[in-house]
Amino acid sequence: MATLLEQVEVDTELRPAIAGRNPWALAARRLWRNRIAMASLVLFLLIVVLCLAAPLYAHDVAHVNPFVPNLNGHTVVGGKVVPVMQRGGGALRLGETPIGPTWDLSHYFLGADSTGRDVAALLLYGGRSSLLIGIGSAFLCSIAATVVALIAGFFGGTTDALLSRLMDVIWAFPVYLLAISISTELLTHTSGIQIGPLNVSATSLWVPTIIIAFIYVPYVYRPVRGQVLSVVNKEFVEAAISQGASNLRLIFSEILPNVVSTVIVLLPLMIATTILTEAALSFLSIGVQPPNVSWGTIIQDGTDLVYTRPWVTIAPGLMILLTVLSLNVLGDGVRDALDPRAKLRVEG
Amino acid sequence: MTAETLLEVRGLKVSFRTEDGLIQAVDGVSLSLSEGETLGIVGESGSGKSVTMMSVMRLINDPNAHFEGEVVYKGRDLMKLTRDQMREIRGSGIAMIFQDPMTSLNPVYRIGWQIAEQIQAHEQISKRAARARAVELLTAVGIPHAAERVDNYPHQFSGGMRQRVMIAMAISCSPDILIADEPTTALDVTIQAQILSLIRKLKNDFGTAVVLITHDMGVVADLADKIAVMYAGRIVEQGDRRDVFYDAQHPYTWGLLGSIARLDRPKPRRLSTIPGLPPSLLRLPPGCAFGDRCAHRFDRCDERPALLAKVGDGHLDACHLDIEKKKELRETTIHPELIEEAK
Amino acid sequence: MLTFIVRRLLWTVLVMFVITVVVFLIFFKTPGVDPARAIAGRSPNPQTLAEIRAQLGLNRPFPIEYGIMMKKLFITRDLVSYSNQGVRVVQEIFAATPATLSLVFGAAVLWVVLAIAVGIAAAQLKGTIFDPLLMVVALIGVSAPVFWVGQLANMISQGGLHGTFLFSWVPPLGYTPFTQSPALWFKGLVLPWITLSLLYIGFYGRVLRANLIETQNEDFIRTARAKGLTERRVLMRHNLRTSMITFVSLFGLDFGALVAGGALLTEVVFGIHGVGFLTYQALTNLDLPTIMATTVYGAFFIVLVNALVDIGYAWLDPRVRPT
Repeated sequence: MATLLEQVEVDTELRPAIAGRNPWALAARRLWRNRIAMASLVLFLLIVVLCLAAPLYAHDVAHVNPFVPNLNGHTVVGGKVVPVMQRGGGALRLGETPIGPTWDLSHYFLGADSTGRDVAALLLYGGRSSLLIGIGSAFLCSIAATVVALIAGFFGGTTDALLSRLMDVIWAFPVYLLAISISTELLTHTSGIQIGPLNVSATSLWVPTIIIAFIYVPYVYRPVRGQVLSVVNKEFVEAAISQGASNLRLIFSEILPNVVSTVIVLLPLMIATTILTEAALSFLSIGVQPPNVSWGTIIQDGTDLVYTRPWVTIAPGLMILLTVLSLNVLGDGVRDALDPRAKLRVEG
Repeated sequence: MTAETLLEVRGLKVSFRTEDGLIQAVDGVSLSLSEGETLGIVGESGSGKSVTMMSVMRLINDPNAHFEGEVVYKGRDLMKLTRDQMREIRGSGIAMIFQDPMTSLNPVYRIGWQIAEQIQAHEQISKRAARARAVELLTAVGIPHAAERVDNYPHQFSGGMRQRVMIAMAISCSPDILIADEPTTALDVTIQAQILSLIRKLKNDFGTAVVLITHDMGVVADLADKIAVMYAGRIVEQGDRRDVFYDAQHPYTWGLLGSIARLDRPKPRRLSTIPGLPPSLLRLPPGCAFGDRCAHRFDRCDERPALLAKVGDGHLDACHLDIEKKKELRETTIHPELIEEAK
Repeated sequence: MLTFIVRRLLWTVLVMFVITVVVFLIFFKTPGVDPARAIAGRSPNPQTLAEIRAQLGLNRPFPIEYGIMMKKLFITRDLVSYSNQGVRVVQEIFAATPATLSLVFGAAVLWVVLAIAVGIAAAQLKGTIFDPLLMVVALIGVSAPVFWVGQLANMISQGGLHGTFLFSWVPPLGYTPFTQSPALWFKGLVLPWITLSLLYIGFYGRVLRANLIETQNEDFIRTARAKGLTERRVLMRHNLRTSMITFVSLFGLDFGALVAGGALLTEVVFGIHGVGFLTYQALTNLDLPTIMATTVYGAFFIVLVNALVDIGYAWLDPRVRPT
């Protein structure tokens, strides 16, 4: 008869079948199952693809060059040739109004703006700028913030104090005011800036990208640093240190992987925020500069036409709304998928 | 004179629907508690002991939870009461204290206020009178300088003190039954003894019936009149304290007893343990739940054993083993050091 | 507690100092930019440039330049805007403040009340169809650019539908001081209030809902139920009270940011001449002194509000107080 005398041993065969699977795979599975999040991901990707296809639309479908004013041009509406800029209404027939939406994909689908340009084509090109800046600055911001957070959290002490104070100062600046100040300053100098060997043109999309990335660094820095601090104190890090791991190795192999999930959760929300910020700056004419367009600039252009040609305002705003909405919903889904807390709590 | 039966749980089953399947947390539990009696419920994490008593209090609000069975308190089936009716009973008829006193008290309110809140929820009484009662209660549970400390916040107390505050709050409306869910698990061993003796004192002074939930046999050894041992949502052994300790009938109970270090025996080289892990509540085996870990499993164990009294009235167990065989096996299981020395 | 407050305020002063330095650096020391030209605005003549250089001490050592600018901003308050006919900048900011305060206060009242309602409703209705529905509506509020919503509001109320009874009461764009006509003040602010609060109702409703749901699982809520308290009391006195801590501290920060000029977009779209509008005008005219002044005063206000929020947080959450 066997005795019950045994060393304390974990019998892995008796473990429930769920444990032992890669947590990333589990998260991905949970996200996949979230139909609303998946739907919004699809929507977002659709918008991205549509905007990337801007040149395709402009050249092959609408046959326009949306960057060139077309004040004297003509287009076809309902089989008839009409001028793009129409004579104004009212008794005196003063002024000119661009044509409204034709709902015809190949002829000024959404109408024309005050310089006769095809709004639909502009919309797609604008989307490219907005998305590029939005996604680019979010990534730039996240990378920078993560690096700084890793350094601050890992080395602690005065390094942490200094870096965190620096972040506090940036954070204390109202986001828009900081962006406005920097942008204004840079734009008063229309031939670009010389930073050492680099010459950044003032109209380059990099300018708003970097500014927006910069002002949001503290927003990503804080939660990531918090996560770094909680990981740094965990036992497995101590174990690695006692194994003689170098600082670099510690940071990249032990701490970073545990911090990445925080960043991933933040990313869709950051992109949503940066897109909105870029739109606001462009609306104020200190974001994207001509000849580039973005959704924000189109809304600005449409201000004079708000009562006569509302679609010039409605369309780009709608695009921003859909893009940001899909990112927010996706962000929610990602956060739910990565939440380590199980949905069910069963007490013992 | 038999004491009145205060609480009777009949065939309680609790299950939870999850994305991975149905979890049967409590699988047919029946208990009874008389006036002034202390019942100890012992089991490891996941045995269903907490869920059972939380269901008695109807504190489980999960929409995925499903309940079957009856819980009769003073003649009324609690499972059938309206929310308002149940609310009246909670805190005044049946009170409950929980494992972690740090998180069980609201951090932003003073403790005097929190105690008074409970009293005022059940009695028509002025704020001042409720506060005075709170000070009395704090003194009764052994908090020094109660008159000043009544205005402190929870974070200003130590762990043991906080648990005393919880107890004061729980007995504030003189409940018939006090349920203590692992009241000492989060505390130091020395404080554990203090809290347990406090519970005993209150029990004696006020005649409260107590349900003591724990995973530690040592905790119930002193306080409990009756003991129920739970495993995988089922009761595997139930009876008087003496019976369960000295005449244990279920191999799981043997395992629990064997893992206690005892002062009256020669020191063993190793404390015995029960190998393996409890079964997943998602996939309970059709037969005896303990079967996979039991060293004495035989073919009859594929059939789920019923909880029956075999060695005497009031002492029930759920094991197919023959009574005589058990006596023989028990000695070797609970006192393994005897075999070591014999070798 | 007192030491906490004093330390927090000292820190605030330090941060304000750093901010002024940073702003100064941005506007006066950006490589390759001549501050005198920038300040002078468009097409400056040499006389103006010389005057500017003298007034602001632009050719003197850095600390003196800085000192002069700070003096002009705070002490003598005679910083002048060259592109705006020599108007005194600081006075302009003070004159524009009531408009901004009216806008932000009104919107804040609206958004706090509605956010709490939405947050509680969504948390209570969790599990039903209304919870995700409310959250989607909230998300739309958060996802729509505020200036666009404003344009739409104008489009509808000032444009085609202006004649209908729905919108005929809407006055033309602009701000009427309360002292001039309370009725007009109110009517002119209704749509701006709604526009500005939409964004925040969405955000705060979601935050509150998330906090309420998270707190639901806390042990002390379980204790509160075990005490036999009514669900309503558990929600209001226990759950909400602890959930509001985050809500209130976030609110403080946003409120501060809005007054400091974050309401700029709304002000521009509705023609409300507040601090934000001032900043915007300064932008289009490249009026550097004004931008600098609004930035500094704005940042100051925010830093002050941040400090107040921190202190308020300690009042709300006794665990944070130093004993």
